[in-house]
Amino acid sequence: MMERVVSFFSSLGRPTLTFFVHLHRFVLLVLETFRWTIIAPFKGKKVRWRATVEQAVRFGWDSILIVTVIAFFIGLILAMQAADQLKPFGAEIYVANLVAVSLTRTLGPMITAIIIAGRGGSSIAAELGTMKVAEELDALRTMGLNPNWFLVVPRFVAMVMMLPALAMLANFVGIGGAYIFSVSALEINGVRFINQVALALVMKDMIVGLVKTVVFAMIIVFVGCYQGLIVEGGAEGVGKSTTNSVVISIFLIIAAEVFFTALFYSTL
Amino acid sequence: MAKEPIIKIRDLNTYYGDRHILKGVNLDIYEGEIMTILGRSGCGKSTLLRHMVGLVRPASGSIFIKGQDITRMSEEEMTPILKKMGMLFQGAALFNSMTVGENVALPLKEHTQLEDSTISIMTRIKLDLVGLSGFESFKPAQLSGGMKKRAGLARAIAMDPDILFCDEPSAGLDPVVAMGIDQLIIKLEKAFRMTIVVVTHELPSVFTISDRIAMLHEGQIIAVGTQDELKNSSDPIVKQFLNREADDSELDRDKYLDSLVRN
Repeated sequence: MMERVVSFFSSLGRPTLTFFVHLHRFVLLVLETFRWTIIAPFKGKKVRWRATVEQAVRFGWDSILIVTVIAFFIGLILAMQAADQLKPFGAEIYVANLVAVSLTRTLGPMITAIIIAGRGGSSIAAELGTMKVAEELDALRTMGLNPNWFLVVPRFVAMVMMLPALAMLANFVGIGGAYIFSVSALEINGVRFINQVALALVMKDMIVGLVKTVVFAMIIVFVGCYQGLIVEGGAEGVGKSTTNSVVISIFLIIAAEVFFTALFYSTL
Repeated sequence: MAKEPIIKIRDLNTYYGDRHILKGVNLDIYEGEIMTILGRSGCGKSTLLRHMVGLVRPASGSIFIKGQDITRMSEEEMTPILKKMGMLFQGAALFNSMTVGENVALPLKEHTQLEDSTISIMTRIKLDLVGLSGFESFKPAQLSGGMKKRAGLARAIAMDPDILFCDEPSAGLDPVVAMGIDQLIIKLEKAFRMTIVVVTHELPSVFTISDRIAMLHEGQIIAVGTQDELKNSSDPIVKQFLNREADDSELDRDKYLDSLVRN
């Protein structure tokens, strides 16, 4: 009996302990990255700009096509669903409101973040994980180069710059999709549609959207880097960490979205 | 050799979880010598090496490099010491996303204010030295195992270190290529008066390169001395290792069967 009680508590305690150990190390990674990005440059340890631009091209430029196509489709889907509901009331023009508001407030930033978590976050985890397994991170340390400064900071800066830009693009293209559908299938006048969008959107939506994408960018980078840095046990470990990075980032992105929506838009 | 050792390890203890890996290691390494740390797989020799380059912190004990205790240093304090040390990893640990030339140039680029043209000349000199001239623009994946080790060595000596650490330099290489690496290590010691610390279990290698040998067994240094001193050692473990004798593994039949049935 006593054995069972002990094993029950240890089965509770061990995962909890593991969770807090990971949380602690994760927070350290975040703090250290901020230190290397913000404080270290004043002490002569500059951010590696060339590497940062390389990463920005990888996360930003290389993702433009996929973000554009998906945002366009999302705009189309939203417009079609909205039109279906609004038609009985003769209120098709409000498709513009619905699409513009739901895209800029939530879907644009969130969908973009999810795409980039799948594309960029996983590749960060895989890349850093492979480097860890091949002792490349140790090699950096023995050269007196901090892996966090060398690898994490450029990715962090690049992602924080690129994700808001991609989210803006997604908003724009998504509304464009709705525009094309409305003008062609609903025969709404194009100028009226655009006016309606302008009426529906307020500055707050744009700003909140941008703030959110910065938070999403941090989630993607830090989860990806952390998962890469803790890889153990060869190729299998890399695969596991890569998958984990995507699952955890998407979970955290959606959880953060709930938080932001409650904070800025909840009428409670 | 009455002079002060360049590396002085005192009472070093390390644990992995509950396992006691290094049990009070003491070792002196002198300037300009090739010291080989010998031992069986899992005896803690790679761990000892990782301590000497500051990758791992010991539970207790000290490592003095040129008189400074690196086990109590912050990362910033450690950097100038690391700049004067080089490390060749077992798998070479070249950065796969960079070319061979960029790998060798990296420490120079990050730690010196030299012009790019100077750095590229220095890179070529180092690659020449290890017999890889003309391979600057190759990616590590395009190199053979022996060439990777050479490139790793070129990167390790890029900053003209005083101390070079090598983790299993000839492991996994054919005898001819392994011999080439060994001779390269000797050449570096002779040409640059480098202190070289090698961790290995390859006996042919050990007797080619070592000035002195330290034998590590179950986390303790059980013998230190020149090649001859070790060959003439009466210690049964040293003898067993050098004579390549297998462990006593007379199988107790009943015990073995018992271990199979027991659950």
